[in-house]
Order: sequence, then C-alpha cells, then structure tokens
Amino acid sequence: MTSQTQDKSKVKDSSLFSGRVILACLDGSSTSEQVCDYASWMAKAVDRPLKLLHTIEHNHNPAVSDYSGAIGLGSQQELLEELTEVEQSRASLLIKKGQLILNAAKQKALATGVAKVETYQHHGTLAESLIEIEDDIRAMVIGIRGKQHEHQAEGIGHQLESVIRSMHKPILVVNKAFSQPNKTMLAYDGSASCKKALQMIVESPLLQGMPCHVVYVGKNGEALLDEANVVLKNAGVEVTCVQLEGEVDEVLAKYQIENDIELTLMGAFSHNRFRDLLLGSFTAKMLAATNRPLLLLR
Amino acid sequence: MLLHSTKQDWLGNIRGDVLAGLVVALALIPEAIAFSIIAGVDPKVGLYASFCIAVITAVVGGRPGMISAATGAMALLMVTLVRQHGLEYLLAATLLTGVIQIVMGYLKLGSLMSFVSRSVVTGFVNALAILIFMAQLPELTNVTWHVYAMTAAGLGVIYLFPYIPVIGKLIPSPLVCILSLTALAIIVGIDVRTVGDMGELPDTLPVFLWPDVDLNFTTLQIIFPYSMALAVVGLLESLMTATIVDDLTDTSSDKNRECKGQGIANIGAGLMGGMAGCAMIGQSVINVKSGGRGRLSTMVAGVVLLIMVVFLNDWVAKIPMAALVAVMIMVSIGTFDWGSVVNIKKHPLSTNIVMIATVVVVVWTHNLAYGVFVGVLLASLFFANKISHFMYAESELDEETSTRTYTFHGQIFFNSSAKFLANFNFKEAVSKVVIDLSRAHFWDITAVHSLDMAVIKFRREGAQVDIIGLNEASETIVDRFGVHDKPEELEKVLGGH
Repeated sequence: MTSQTQDKSKVKDSSLFSGRVILACLDGSSTSEQVCDYASWMAKAVDRPLKLLHTIEHNHNPAVSDYSGAIGLGSQQELLEELTEVEQSRASLLIKKGQLILNAAKQKALATGVAKVETYQHHGTLAESLIEIEDDIRAMVIGIRGKQHEHQAEGIGHQLESVIRSMHKPILVVNKAFSQPNKTMLAYDGSASCKKALQMIVESPLLQGMPCHVVYVGKNGEALLDEANVVLKNAGVEVTCVQLEGEVDEVLAKYQIENDIELTLMGAFSHNRFRDLLLGSFTAKMLAATNRPLLLLR
Repeated sequence: MLLHSTKQDWLGNIRGDVLAGLVVALALIPEAIAFSIIAGVDPKVGLYASFCIAVITAVVGGRPGMISAATGAMALLMVTLVRQHGLEYLLAATLLTGVIQIVMGYLKLGSLMSFVSRSVVTGFVNALAILIFMAQLPELTNVTWHVYAMTAAGLGVIYLFPYIPVIGKLIPSPLVCILSLTALAIIVGIDVRTVGDMGELPDTLPVFLWPDVDLNFTTLQIIFPYSMALAVVGLLESLMTATIVDDLTDTSSDKNRECKGQGIANIGAGLMGGMAGCAMIGQSVINVKSGGRGRLSTMVAGVVLLIMVVFLNDWVAKIPMAALVAVMIMVSIGTFDWGSVVNIKKHPLSTNIVMIATVVVVVWTHNLAYGVFVGVLLASLFFANKISHFMYAESELDEETSTRTYTFHGQIFFNSSAKFLANFNFKEAVSKVVIDLSRAHFWDITAVHSLDMAVIKFRREGAQVDIIGLNEASETIVDRFGVHDKPEELEKVLGGH
C-alpha cells in the first residue's frame, strides 16, 4: 500500500477513535459479567472511562384486559389511570433491578482497577438507546445473547444484529469468560471496514504489542495479504499472513482454535439487509460459528 | 413509508390483539348499522365501509391499535346529500373525501391540530356524544311500551353484566344484550322493529364498483362541499382519537401518515360501496381496554365484522332496534367526556365558554366542522385578549425642558393598540414627547399604524416627537417567526433589548 492511500484512509476514518467512553451493555444475563470484564480490560488499556448501560424496555403489551366491551361515564379516564398505575409499578421495578445490575458491575470494574466508572439507564430498546449516546462512545462491548436467549447454547441474540447495524463504532461481541487476549486474527478481504480494522491494529493502544494473524479465505488473495503485511510490518506489528480455503466461517473458527487466538477482528454487515436476506450474512454466520470474542468494525 | 410497519406492530401482542379485535367487531356491527340508518342508507353501506376502513387503516394508518370505521360524526354530514341526490353521489363524495384527505396529509395539515385547544376537543367529543344520543330518539318516539322496556333492559344488561364474577369480564356485555333481546323478541313474539326493517344487509363480500355518477363539473359542485366537510371532520376526529390512544398506551404515532391512511381508507370504502368514515373514539377506547395494541387488532375487527355479517345476515336482520339503541346509548355515554362536566367549576370561564359554544354550535347545526371552527375562533380571541393585558406604560414629565417621556412595556398588536393609544395624554401641552419602545414588542401593522397616529396627533398639538427603540420593537413583525427558535435568537428579539 502506498503512503498516499494510507493517508486517505486515515482522513476518512478519523472518527474511528472519536468518543469518550468504553461502553458495556448489561442486562443482568450470565454474559453481563463477561461483558463487564472485557469492557474493564478495554477501558484500562485505552485509559478511558467505562460507561455501564442498562436499558429499560417497555413492554406495551397490556397487563390488564377487560373483554366486557362496555364503556360508561368517565371510563376513558379510569382506563388511563389504571394503565398508568400498572405501567408505573412495572417500570419502577425494572429501574430498581437495573440499578442493582449496574451497581454490582460498577463495584467489580472498580475492583479490577478501572479508574472511572459511570452508569446510565435509558428507556427504550438497546438500539434506540445506543443511537442516542453514540457520539459519546469510543467502543462498546455487548454479549452475544441477552436475557431472552440466555439458556441457548448457540445462536445470536435477537437484538444483536440490529444493534450492530445501527452503530458505527467498534463493537466487541463477547461469548465467553474473560481471558487476556495476547494474539489477534484479522479476517481480511480488502473491504473498507477491513481497512478500518487494519488501522485499528496499528493505532489502538488496546492491541499494541499483540502479534497479528492476517487470514484471507479464498483464492488469489496474495496481493491483498501483501498489502496488509506491509502496513502492519511498517508499524512494527508481528505479522503472520495466511491464505486458507473452504467455508469462511468454519475455516476461520478452526484456525482460531488451532493457533490459540483470543480475539478476532473483522468488518461487519457491509451489505444491506436485502442482500443478506438472499445470500445470508457472513457476519451473522461468523457470530454463530465462533466461540471467541469478535471485534467488529463497520 | 405508508406500508412501513414493524413486526412488533403486527405480531407484538397476538393474543391481546385477536381477542380485542373480536370484542370490537361485535361492538362495531350495531354501530355500523345505526350510523347507516342515521345517514339514510341501507345497513350494508355502513357495514361494507366499516370493513374496508378498518382493514385499510390497519395497514396504512399511522396509529396502531386505533379503530376506524363508519362513524356518527361523518354520517350526520351526509344526511342531506343522500336525501337529495341518492347513494351514488354519496359514494362519489366518499372518494373525493379520500382524495382531499390524502392531499391534506401531504401538505402536513395534521400539524394544524395544534390550533385546536383542549377545550375545543372536549366540546367536540361532548357534542358527538349528544348527537349520537339524539340520533337514537326517532327509534324511541311513537313506539309501544315494549321498546322502552327492551331498551332499558338492554342498558341494564350492558352495565350490570360486567359485575358478574369471571364471565362478566370475559364476554362482551353489548353482545349479551343483543343476543338476549333478540332471543326474547323471537321467543315471546313481540312485534317490534328489527334491523331487517331498516334496509338491505350484506349477503356477499363487497365488490369493486365505480360510483354511477356523471363525471362532470355539476357533480363536483354537488359533492365538493360535502367532501370538504367530511374530510375536515374525519381528520379532526381521527387525530383527536389518535391522541387519546397515544395517551392511553404511552406510545407515539405518525399524525400525517394517519391523514393519508384515512384518505386511502375512504377511497377504498367508496370503491366498495361504503360510506365515508373515520376513527372512532368509543371503539378505540374499547379496543385498548380489551387489550388491543397493535395493527392486528384493527385488522381482526374488520375481517371478523364482515364474516359475521355476511354469514349471519338472516340472524342480524332479526335483531330488534331496541337492542341497537341500547348499545348506541352506551357508546354515547362512553364517548362523553365526563371530566369536563365535573371540572366545570375549576376551569376558567373562557375555557368553559369555548367548550359549551362548540357543543351548542354542533348540536344546532349537526355539523362538527362548524363547532370546531367556532371553538377555535373563540379560543383565539380569548387568547388575544389575555395577551393584550401584558402591556403597560410609564410616563414621566421633565418640567424644566417641558418633555414628557412615555415608556412602554409588553405586547402591542391589533387587540392592544387601542389600549396603547389610551396611554397618551394628547391634551397636555408640552414642547417635546419621547416615546420609548425599547421594552415593547410590535406584532403587526395595526400596532405600527397606531404609533403613527399618536405621532401625528402630538405633532398637531405642537410637540416635537422622538421615538426610541422602534427597530428592536418591530422586529417581531416578520411573518416567518420560525427562524427565531434558538434561545439566543429569542433573547435578541424578545429580551430586554
């Protein structure tokens, strides 16, 4: 890669490290603890405050229903009062639960040595809440499955895809207990989001000093691999370039285990929903196939 | 965008929506029949309309969970058109209503709702309740005592049945009322008027049919005034109902999409042999109360309504009118905003006058559009009057220089300009007059004109006139005040200068 194109990509991606905090999305499921650990590691590595987010999702499904179909004087007012009362008690319970989750996580993060921990609760779905505070986020950490799918061994949570699609910040998807990553793998196909990942390896204090395996799956990837090799070598990163063949998600997952790689970087959802609907999204497959954390860049 | 809806809108609450849809469908049947009778058309016109409007608004409407169908407010506006020109012109007018509503939706006229104050809405709702009740009176005059007894019994069933443990809250009481009164009439063989006597019921699914009218300017001249009134009243009631459902469910809705959706629904109704309709306050409250929240509830209500009517039309024809009247009285009572009567002593007089004036005009003219017009007009006048009190002047005489200084504070516009002039003492003989406007706001040309008058008068009395701060004071005259929506801009224009 010439220095010119490198400069260009820097200008375009200057937003990569904007934002103030490392955000951890917590919902009290079993992955929340792991999310908190990984987020603490990130916050410490890049020396940023850790922000813990809990969202209160309103369930607008009625708690009371009355099929009598009769309405009399003032029944509209009565109905409003009744619904308000029910929803108030529901929401305040959720807020209290969330505070407990956030406080527990905060204590844990402080204990591991994070300098500054903030907590934040927001009404709405996770994607809605994240969009609102996106500018403040430098990178975020989320569990692969939320509370609804906690007991499933496989598959990704139903909110994960919409969250990833609606955000433009690096997202670490956590699917296992924390262990300090010491090697990274970059799934490289030359796309814009992969270039972003390359830049991240070079510049981020988080990945400093970690050897990197650049993996290309398919044929005729030599030129692309060379390109990545030069960029990383120039930046003083220890690089291993590999070209593999087969089903992308399976091959990558296998390589990861064979070489004991803790962290994988990749571009995510670069196609629109319609194309993915027809052809299946590689990101979704990879999320389902791997059992190591994935750092996604959009 | 009109077809956009999330999975949550349709499938987020399947059980609740289906059950609520059933309850609403049962309540819609008597209403659709009753409103057809008000409009002077066969019951099938209202039933087809209710089906089409409910199903179409389920898909394209802006407020999930709101019930739209043939309504009393709209039916009342059609009476003369039907009587003078017949059903085909009503169908043509329904089509045109839809077109007008879509245009209004694209022009974003839904935002004009902000001019309709709370008291006008209350007046509208109360007037609607009174009109629905009054429309039942012909069924209750010149009839045998049987009808009164059956209506009273029907109301008793509707309001007391829900108190029966367990089943009271499971079976819709209006349905129990209709079933028991129909059974009674058949078994005992009481000779009372039935739905079958009121005109044709649907025996097939609705079919596409183009209204049989001449497409010329004369037709347009006939239908346009009706379509305009229908479009305005339909959107008013729909947007009011949408706000009520927003409040009840603590969610928001797209008002401009609702305008377009109502338009499309009316075009659909007109092409399927139905009359124009809009959202229904009473039914929407019943839907929310029964647990309906999503688009599915509206869809189920429309589809079930049609299936029941088409397959059970022989039985529907046997329902005594007294049972229908009982249900409609319930709807009228449920629509009435009882809080507005209870709180009448707490509210300011101007609010009460606006509310009562709206009710009186509607009941007088049978046209909700006139009532809303009068209500909005009165509310604006009261507001202008209140704001004009926010103006006062200080004056000071410097005897040495024979100078009189008038300092004005507050709002000067058409309503306060006379008061503005009254502050000057033109008979005082001074050699110099200073008018300090730097703490006043001139809102219109009337204000500027009265200032000119004051200056001329003083000059005629032989005084020299100096005006201070006119430029700042008249900055508020600009018509597009919308540009001043930032705090610092507002401070610049409205602040102490």
